[in-house]
Amino acid sequence: MPDIILNALSIFPSWLQVLLVALIKVIAIVAPLMLAVAYLTFAERKIIGYMQIRVGPNRVGPRGWLQPIADAVKLLLKEIVVPARSNKYLFILAPILSIAPSLAAWAVIPFSDTLVLSDINAGLLFILAMTSLEVYGVIIAGWASNSKYAFLSSMRAAAQIVAYEIAMGFALVGVLMAAGSLNLGDIVNAQSGGLFSWYWLPLLPLFVVYFISGVAETNRAPFDVAEGESEIVAGFHVEYSGMTFAVFFLAEYANMILIAMLTSLLFLGGWMSPLGFWSDVPLLGDGIHWLLIKTSAMLIFFLWFRATFPRYRYDQIMRLGWKVFIPVTLVWIVVMGCAMFLTPWGHLFH
Amino acid sequence: MKRAINIIKSLFLLELLKGLSVTGNHFFKKKITVQYPDEKTPMSFRFRGLHAQRRYPNGEERCIACKLCEAVCPALAITIDSDVREDGSRRTTRYDIDLSKCIFCGFCEEACPVDAIVETRIFEYHGENRDDLYYTKEKLLAVGDRMEDSIASDRKLDAPYR
Repeated sequence: MPDIILNALSIFPSWLQVLLVALIKVIAIVAPLMLAVAYLTFAERKIIGYMQIRVGPNRVGPRGWLQPIADAVKLLLKEIVVPARSNKYLFILAPILSIAPSLAAWAVIPFSDTLVLSDINAGLLFILAMTSLEVYGVIIAGWASNSKYAFLSSMRAAAQIVAYEIAMGFALVGVLMAAGSLNLGDIVNAQSGGLFSWYWLPLLPLFVVYFISGVAETNRAPFDVAEGESEIVAGFHVEYSGMTFAVFFLAEYANMILIAMLTSLLFLGGWMSPLGFWSDVPLLGDGIHWLLIKTSAMLIFFLWFRATFPRYRYDQIMRLGWKVFIPVTLVWIVVMGCAMFLTPWGHLFH
Repeated sequence: MKRAINIIKSLFLLELLKGLSVTGNHFFKKKITVQYPDEKTPMSFRFRGLHAQRRYPNGEERCIACKLCEAVCPALAITIDSDVREDGSRRTTRYDIDLSKCIFCGFCEEACPVDAIVETRIFEYHGENRDDLYYTKEKLLAVGDRMEDSIASDRKLDAPYR
């Protein structure tokens, strides 16, 4: 926190200073995040368009760059329709419940060696807890809407997220074993030493499982049965309009960015430069820009998947989650454990 | 053996990677989008757009109220009333096309023995209420007067095939 801001705040009583400092830090994370979400939707439409040999939105502003702003203004001005026989309190509460955890999870994300809002030792557990809470928003939305499609969707979302949560958790166990810490900053620091010291290589199966489970957790194609626009219209947010819909949308995209950033932190060395030997050179060395580049690359995969794969059938999703991902992660954890404690090759996983 | 190959294929996501490479290659291909208001695709001389009623060069309307178009119209969009004019000729007193019913099949145009009802190349028209899309005889004749050049040249191009 720069001194100028601290001096400006010193006119307030001390308890208010603490509050304001925390508030400024939160805004410093959430405001760029919201902007990133807005432009992620634009990137999605552009990239998927390009992959379908179209040009995507290009009318609003120069080359379409103001499109997300126009979308946001439109959604802000639209009426929020509350269905007559819905549960009104839960109906309004659901989008809030779905965006709150996806923003709260950002509290423990380290953006660089020093740049982190709260550097807690159980950071990974906190992340796991927050990503699990997200599904409640979806379930409550589906239930409160009093609509068949929305209800079907929330049941699908619940089953899917329970299945993939487990695979995701096991993938994280592998990271824990390798890093020996639950603190996200320590996990990144344990990966120092360039491209081949990052965990993606020794934990390759876990990396793949984690990322695919992440796609499933965020209800993105090809795991978007909860949304399933060709079967159940829009799923859990079919009754939502205007700003309540926009909040669901924000939550989904904030989650995507979160999963992409977590993947970069846990498996791709976070802010570490891939050129381990030049880590002191500015720009080529370690820094937040590497984390952002890695996160963007992971996000492009989210969009690329959506442009490529047809939706999984519901039973295929369940099969993949329970019968493929969980055994794969379990086997790799056992392999790691044996290698670390019974053989001399344990250093490969550190 | 085949099963083993399939398991290896799915374990290493080979087919998924193949799919990704297809969309990845398309990303860099030349885009085929037509930037519509600025660019337009070529249009056939048989294009079936907004209707028009034609006149003979001397200003006399072509329609003789034979009602073949009304009979052939599959959407029942055409309504015709006819009467004897002062000079004893048979003419329409009412010739309405409800464009909100019309399916632009072109049967009326084909049925017409005197090329009176035709479809023009106009497709960028709109109505802000239903009445705007209910074209009366006056409106149809006005479209015909406005578009006569393009209508005549299109009929000429089509003549060898009729």
